[in-house]
Amino acid sequence: MIVLKDVCKTYQVGDEIVRALDHASLTVEDGEFVSIIGPSGSGKSTMMNIIGCLDTADSGAYLLDDIPIEDYSENELAQIRSRKIGFVFQSFNLIPQLTAAENVELPLIYQRVRRAERHRRVSEALERVQLTGRMHHLPSELSGGQQQRVAIARAIAAHPSLILADEPTGNLDSHTGRDIMDIFHELHEGGNTIVLITHDDSVARQAQRSIHILDGRVREVAP
Amino acid sequence: MIQSVRMAIKSISGNKMRAFLTMLGIIIGVMALVILVSLVSGATGNVTDTIARLGSDQITVRISDNKGAPVTIGDLSAWMEEETFGRIAPVASESVMAKYGTETGTMTVYGTTAPYKDIQKLSVLVGRFLKTADEENVSFVCVVNETAATELVGYADCLGEDIHLNGQRFRVVGVLKDDDTSLTSVFRSGSMVAYIPHAALVRLSASVTREITSFYVSAAADGTVDAAKERLTEILKERFDQDEDAFTVSSQNALESAMSSVTSILAVLLGGIAAISLVVGGIGIMNIMLVTVTERTREIGIRKAIGASRGMILTQFLVEAVVICMLGCALGILGSWGVLRLITTVVSGLSISFQMSGGVVLIAVLFCFFIGIVFGLYPANKAARMAPIDALHYGG
Repeated sequence: MIVLKDVCKTYQVGDEIVRALDHASLTVEDGEFVSIIGPSGSGKSTMMNIIGCLDTADSGAYLLDDIPIEDYSENELAQIRSRKIGFVFQSFNLIPQLTAAENVELPLIYQRVRRAERHRRVSEALERVQLTGRMHHLPSELSGGQQQRVAIARAIAAHPSLILADEPTGNLDSHTGRDIMDIFHELHEGGNTIVLITHDDSVARQAQRSIHILDGRVREVAP
Repeated sequence: MIQSVRMAIKSISGNKMRAFLTMLGIIIGVMALVILVSLVSGATGNVTDTIARLGSDQITVRISDNKGAPVTIGDLSAWMEEETFGRIAPVASESVMAKYGTETGTMTVYGTTAPYKDIQKLSVLVGRFLKTADEENVSFVCVVNETAATELVGYADCLGEDIHLNGQRFRVVGVLKDDDTSLTSVFRSGSMVAYIPHAALVRLSASVTREITSFYVSAAADGTVDAAKERLTEILKERFDQDEDAFTVSSQNALESAMSSVTSILAVLLGGIAAISLVVGGIGIMNIMLVTVTERTREIGIRKAIGASRGMILTQFLVEAVVICMLGCALGILGSWGVLRLITTVVSGLSISFQMSGGVVLIAVLFCFFIGIVFGLYPANKAARMAPIDALHYGG
């Protein structure tokens, strides 16, 4: 479960102080599929960084599974990311030198999962995104849709409490994008909590709940 | 850890040419270190071998104070019976004016006995060396070296010629070869030298008497020099009222150890210079690692986003630097092995064998490891300290 209360975050860009998040509050229950939608510059990336524990808020509270995420050291944040959050990025962000299977395995290595268990989980995750046949291919040998599926497999292999997707269909054509969204729906039906960040209304509407963000302020809209 | 090594090998093999160029500094450094040190130790081994062959079993005794009990030829013959000693020969020298016909020149004359030839490992070109009978009969015969024969007499094969030493006539009964099998003949090959019976020198010279002040002893066998020295010291102490200052006993072992200390200094010096090139190679690695870290900023961001801690990123890049160093080290050792083989083949005429010593290889490996750590630490730390969001959004 995610709870954000009165979260503020400001950046200094040159002389100007930018309020990326302005008293933003948000609750996502376990098993929910929530989309966060907003135009670029609205603060949704900052929102994602904070939810994803890549960054911490200036003020306000953030509870992830009832753990307050504040004033943690970088290493503690890394541990939380490793165990609780699975990232899916717009530009896939696979490591080009590693094969599909190795990319999926990476977060498990960082979690110090044992080798046999790692292999079991990797093949399980790749099976869920229907890429078992491509596990020994490098990212450059895969299509955009396949790369994104590898990225999703990497996110779910670690059994996170939250899958955080940042414009997962942004770099894909609409057909492939639909396939990827289908996978998210399947994951949702399988009980995963998904937060999807997008600027695309048609993608956002597929979620149970849509949250609009504009100039750092959050507004919930009916699905 | 094994995982990190595998990851490092993977990312190194992703850019082989660059990895090789990075390693080149280390390869050259290791080769310089291993080859130089091996060459020095090979040459040292050769020189000490030569010295040993030239007669390290020779002991020199000088008596400065005979305490009223002078050593005579008879004493030497008596000591020669002892089984720790090989041969014993007295030696006294005098610089004389030599004359043959109208030719004149300064000549060093050594008064000694027959065993001298074996102790000093001299070899005879023509004729014979001094005999025991020459000493007993006080014969005025001489054995000259090749230089003396050719410079004074005019030709090497000058047996039976009479030369005058300080006006006294001596008959040449033998000519010695100037060769490199004996230190003595090497040192004396440039000047005119004659050997005459000790008794004859006593007659010829005002300063040399029948009291022997200096003599050479050879050990009974190789490796018994120290035992022979000990026994000799014992005998002489007994003779000279336990006064160790009355005489000195020295051997060429001292020369050998001086030689080996010189060469080990040389090895350390050259090794040090080679080590500097290794350090330069390490700086090259640091440079490339810094570039790599910047290039892979995005990768670092991804890794951090999916849960890599600082320590893990640090380990990854550190291991990568160390792996590059160790690969370079391995290639360098392989290369220097090849070069040493080549040198050994090329100079096979010198019969010097340049072996790669295990010690220097071990030093090279440890040093490379150390360099990898030292010069990998800064770039790795730089990578580890990157903020995940900055790294993730870098260049895209």
